Amino acid sequence: MEGHSVYVPKSGFTKWLEARLPIISLTHSSAVAYPVPRNLNYFWTFGAILTMMLVVQIVTGVVLAMHYVPNAKLAFASVEAIMRDVNFGWLLRYMHANGASMFFIAVYIHIFRGMYYGSYKAPREVLWILGVIIFLLMMATAFMGYVLPWGQMSFWGATVITNLFSAFDEIIPGVGTWIVTLLWGGFAVDNPTLNRFFALHYLLPFMLAGVVGLHIWALHHVGQNNPTGVEVKNICKDTVPFTPYATVKDAVGVVFFLILFAWFLFYIPNFMGHADNYIEANPSVTPAHIVPEWYFLPFYAILRAIPSKLGGVLAMFSAVLILAFLPWLDTSKVRSGNYRPVFRVFFWLFVAACVVLGWLGAKPAEGGYTLAAQILTVFYFSYFLIILPLLGLFETPRQLPGSIAEAVLAKKAKRAAPADASVNG
Amino acid sequence: MKLTKLLTAGVFTVVLGALSAPAQASEAGPTPPSVNWSFSGPFGKFDPQQLQRGFKVYREVCAACHSLKYVTFRNLAEPGGPLFTAGQVKALAAEYKVQDGPNDAGEMFERPGRPADHWPSPFPNDNAAAAANGGKAPPDLSLMAKARTYERGFPTFVFDMFTQFAEQGPDYIHALLTGYVEKPKDFNLPDGGTYNKYFPGHVIAMPKPINDGQVDYKGPDGKPQAPETVDQYAKDVAAFLMWTAEPKMEARKALGFRAIIFLILLAGLTYFAKKRIWKKLPDPA
Ligand code: HEC
Ligand code: HEM
Repeated sequence: MEGHSVYVPKSGFTKWLEARLPIISLTHSSAVAYPVPRNLNYFWTFGAILTMMLVVQIVTGVVLAMHYVPNAKLAFASVEAIMRDVNFGWLLRYMHANGASMFFIAVYIHIFRGMYYGSYKAPREVLWILGVIIFLLMMATAFMGYVLPWGQMSFWGATVITNLFSAFDEIIPGVGTWIVTLLWGGFAVDNPTLNRFFALHYLLPFMLAGVVGLHIWALHHVGQNNPTGVEVKNICKDTVPFTPYATVKDAVGVVFFLILFAWFLFYIPNFMGHADNYIEANPSVTPAHIVPEWYFLPFYAILRAIPSKLGGVLAMFSAVLILAFLPWLDTSKVRSGNYRPVFRVFFWLFVAACVVLGWLGAKPAEGGYTLAAQILTVFYFSYFLIILPLLGLFETPRQLPGSIAEAVLAKKAKRAAPADASVNG
Repeated sequence: MKLTKLLTAGVFTVVLGALSAPAQASEAGPTPPSVNWSFSGPFGKFDPQQLQRGFKVYREVCAACHSLKYVTFRNLAEPGGPLFTAGQVKALAAEYKVQDGPNDAGEMFERPGRPADHWPSPFPNDNAAAAANGGKAPPDLSLMAKARTYERGFPTFVFDMFTQFAEQGPDYIHALLTGYVEKPKDFNLPDGGTYNKYFPGHVIAMPKPINDGQVDYKGPDGKPQAPETVDQYAKDVAAFLMWTAEPKMEARKALGFRAIIFLILLAGLTYFAKKRIWKKLPDPA
């Protein structure tokens, strides 16, 4: 996208450098001059929040790795040594563990934001799919990270989840078992599993960072969507330069998010964890309930809602992968949910369904819970496969503003003359 | 607009209904009563006197069966803990024999404990511990206060985020130690088990470990510093175990307070900076 200004090197050194590696002008065009729609709300600060969280995870993770011992006999004790004997080790470890949760809170808000404002529609399909890949990598990273402290839930969570792959034996005999043996590095979750998970847990965040780079590149190529869903028509009227406008607004979002992070980190650091993970892994004692981390619960509920193992596994993976097809499943010409009265209702029903599925994922899979999970699973998939394709054809959207600038001016005029006081009555 | 609102309200009601209706997990015991802990909440601190009493209970009673392997003698003198003096800790450690070696002759030997040593375990390994306790090894207690919990249920667990309730563990330990009540008549108790009201399944391999008056709480003046009752012992040892599980809690909450004050100030500044910058933005004309 064309920017608000162009960087011109002035000093001898910057001229010399620009002629060889135009890194200053790249930074200038993507972080200073880059045009940002002027009507973005605070939901658009979650990209910056996510970038910060990735940095937090990598920095705390690398320091933790200096003290952590990836060995089934020593891992649990090494994490305790970090908590007790390493200077500020408790801070690092709680930052990393709660940081993972915060990362997911932010990514879920970010994804729902995209789904509400139709940010996945042309020309942002690739940007969206890169986002889905990031989400997958995050899930893989967090799953393997959770195995590292080698507590009871680490061990049994790893056992249950890796075992799922054996379901593929039903499609091609032997393939499932082969995958499981490969993941385990043996015939059960044990020291080799811990070693490869540690290696991968160290590797994946850097791959993640690479995909984040592509994601931002794609974003800067097509430009941001905005609450009206109307494309930028005139850079001068519809957009503002990234710096200072978006920079300072992102900073506000980041600082408020840090307050939430600090609340959990310093006061209730174990709220989102499991008590069982403070018991060292023991292959001969199975915990009463094996529950994954909260951010996997909706998918776990879908897994258990399906009576057949293979069916459950396929449903669970489809529940994530279906996101990648969203750009083609939603047939509406209008992007933003603000102008789609019927879509809006279904969207919020969908959000509620995800929350309730998450809660069901933590409950034992029996009786009424299973039935509720089954109904919501059907709704989850219907949202993508039936509701969105049909809505686009039958819904009458509201009148769209002519441009972003027009929408901004209309909003201003309304604020200046607050005529209708009964709006919220 | 009206329709949307009505539907949204409908969704909310359904969600809330779905969340609150189903019953609790089946085999869990009754909910432990909430104890009023000195260390709860954002400004909560351990009471060193209570930790010292709890340590006494652990040492004189529980240590016969339970290890405390992540705790070192020197921890007992560190800030935010029971605050024994360095001298007391040194003397205490010296009372224990610790295996060390091999020496120059290649032999293991025993020496008096030092402050940096970990708390000596009562059994050489889990199998020995189980063999001596009717087949069930007494678990290590270092992390017990974080390794046990009970279900708070909806909506309580949501409120807990705001009230910062995080004391399920010590509540449970206190309940467990005071939960050795008469078994219901129709309850079938297997051999070697004891009935406990709060233990999941109610059959515990730990016989009632402590009775009224068992641990001496007398101070230098010859008067008890706290009631010598099971209830008080249970509270004290639970508080002590919370400290062994989370020895940096006071430092954490103190740093948290400063961090949050700083972040709130920073949030205010950034927010007003943002307001100012955006105010100067001319209308799109
Ligand atoms: C005679 C040996 C013995 C003594 C003394 C003893 N315990 Fe235990 N304790 C056990 C055994 C054995 C278990 C395992 C019980 C089971 O799993 O059924 C146990 C289990 C426990 C548990 C875990 C219960 C659970 O939820 O799994 C706690 C907490 C506990 N003891 C605390 C204490 C405290 C505190 C004291 C000191 C006041 C103490 N014990 C003294 C033998 C003992
Ligand atoms: C995408 C970013 C990352 C996520 C989402 C993530 C997630 C997690 C999670 C959930 C845990 C378990 C925490 C616990 O309960 O104790 C963990 C542990 C760990 N992670 Fe990461 N992590 C990330 C990046 C990294 C990086 C880059 C490293 C550095 C090499 C790293 C090193 C570790 C180590 C050593 C542990 C074990 C120590 C511990 O359990 O606290 N992580 N990670």
